[in-house]
Amino acid sequence: MADVDQPHEDVRIHGTAVPVIEPGHTFASVTDKISSLVLKRRTPVYWFIGFALAFMLAQMLLITITYLVFKGIGIWGNNVPVGWAFDIINFVWWIGIGHAGTLISAILLLLRQEWRTSINRFAEAMTLFAVACAGLFPLLHTGRPWLAYWLFPYPNTMGVWPQFRSPLMWDVFAVSTYATVSALFWYIGLIPDFATLRDRARSRPFQIVYGLLAMGWRGSARHWHRYETTYLLLAGLATPLVLSVHTIVSFDFAVAQLPGWHATIFPPYFVAGAIYAGFAMVLLLTIPLRKVYGLEDFITMRHIDNMAKVMLATGLLVFYGYMMELFFGWYSANTYEEYMIFNRITGPYGHYYWMLIFCNGVAPQFLWFKRFRRSLPVVFIISIIVSIGMWLERFVIIVTSLHRDFLPSSWGMYSPTVWDFSMFFGTIGLFFSLMFLFIRFLPVISIFEMRTILPEAEVEEEAT
Amino acid sequence: MKAHPPLYGLMAEFDNPTDIVNATREAWDAGYRRINAYSPYPIEELSEALHFHTRLPLIVLIGGIIGCVGGYLMQYYMEVVDYPINVGGRPYHSWPSFIPITFETTVLCAAFAAVFGMLALNKLPQPYHPVFNVERFALATRDRFFLVIEAADPKFDREETARFMASLSPREVTDVES
Repeated sequence: MADVDQPHEDVRIHGTAVPVIEPGHTFASVTDKISSLVLKRRTPVYWFIGFALAFMLAQMLLITITYLVFKGIGIWGNNVPVGWAFDIINFVWWIGIGHAGTLISAILLLLRQEWRTSINRFAEAMTLFAVACAGLFPLLHTGRPWLAYWLFPYPNTMGVWPQFRSPLMWDVFAVSTYATVSALFWYIGLIPDFATLRDRARSRPFQIVYGLLAMGWRGSARHWHRYETTYLLLAGLATPLVLSVHTIVSFDFAVAQLPGWHATIFPPYFVAGAIYAGFAMVLLLTIPLRKVYGLEDFITMRHIDNMAKVMLATGLLVFYGYMMELFFGWYSANTYEEYMIFNRITGPYGHYYWMLIFCNGVAPQFLWFKRFRRSLPVVFIISIIVSIGMWLERFVIIVTSLHRDFLPSSWGMYSPTVWDFSMFFGTIGLFFSLMFLFIRFLPVISIFEMRTILPEAEVEEEAT
Repeated sequence: MKAHPPLYGLMAEFDNPTDIVNATREAWDAGYRRINAYSPYPIEELSEALHFHTRLPLIVLIGGIIGCVGGYLMQYYMEVVDYPINVGGRPYHSWPSFIPITFETTVLCAAFAAVFGMLALNKLPQPYHPVFNVERFALATRDRFFLVIEAADPKFDREETARFMASLSPREVTDVES
């Protein structure tokens, strides 16, 4: 009788061919396995190689920023008519990547997708680091980053206030709120795991540091109750937030009058693109991570398969966006809109458009087939292609729209300088350096949430 | 007479979630009120067994309302009252452009209320707590479940409570020094 009443409880572990966690694990084995990555296991040699490479790139970023502050943003290639180029392209690219973390941790939590449990922790870390990289670009594009606080409304002796009718101000609030809420969500999620590490750590410095971070967490049932309430409410708050962030980023463009930017389809199309790019980055990180650290038990092929499906679905939405841009270019019957589309496809930057169509329109179609979704090399390569494609998308939207606008006499061409590239690759270095440090010092998988999905975690009610 | 430090309570250790939930229910039914249960992951039935409710959602709602009203009024004051600028002939009180930031401040304040409200109600950070004096309690963050009946409970009697706890068939019953 009890079995009939609770089909959900059984389905959640045993319902599919590939489980979300390999059978045979217990509370103790899950705890020991994940915490040993931080506490006991020798750091793999791949970690040192990877960290060294990433850190070198991060140094390049430091040099670039130093020279940029010394010389001014004239070292970049953007100039009238393309006043926004790599800085905004990279900003949007990184912010988009960040979205998958919040999607996995918040939206999939509300949708009760239990497979999110093993990937939410490092997806959230990825979000934070991606947003940090994103924030650098507008900050430095101000030209005088030490005055960036002028963007915030604070009472000042100049007697002025920010202009809240501008989407750029909305962006400041959206991105800073997003960064703050993501950091809170991540830290709150880590507290019980810090307590686990505190109690497992052997060396005194680790005990002290993890002990401070755990804030005296002791797993009290009352604490857990409030904790779960907080976590659920934060997920509920983060869900509209994550959709709002890329919507507002798209307003930066859509509110402008420029053909190619002034489009109502931008908000949903940007959000879908963000999730698409974000899942590609999660897959790029997951596939080597589970291999090097032997986490195949926790991050199973089910996860890879599901993420590939999300990538396919959002990829199709993005491709629909491209098709609608073409359609509206024609349907508007507006000379400037028509020319923008024509120029985008056949103009001097046309080859980027066709590369974009290949990367985001053609490549993900392989994911329709289970055979490809279950093949790690194929998924990995498609994820790289998608990441490149999403970068190209922003390049196409920004550069091809700006370089030829209404007045042919003000047309021009854009080409990036070496500093544009060193800044972009530098942020990739910063991102991966932070990821490597995270993998080394914090539990990459949420330990307490893994315990909750084990079969033994269920309370058996007495038959009455 | 007492050489030991004063007693905080008695602690019983269990190795599965079903036992701790049943034990907590029995302790409640036996009339103990100053009890607490500890587990390595959240167990809904456990806080039910303790008849526990929280005001946290209300705090979050208040935080959200403050953020919403405060965010809008901030923009209204700055753009309409203190520093009005005519942008393309639009009204000073151009409310649609104030909505995105109002939304963001709502979420921000509600999230702060949720996190800091949770920490405050849980009285965290709290580096010291008597339960940490029990060596085996380190397993509460791994795979063990603990039930504590505090000495401050009116019904607490050292001998009788120890007997009661032993009747719950725990792995072990220990004293918790304060």
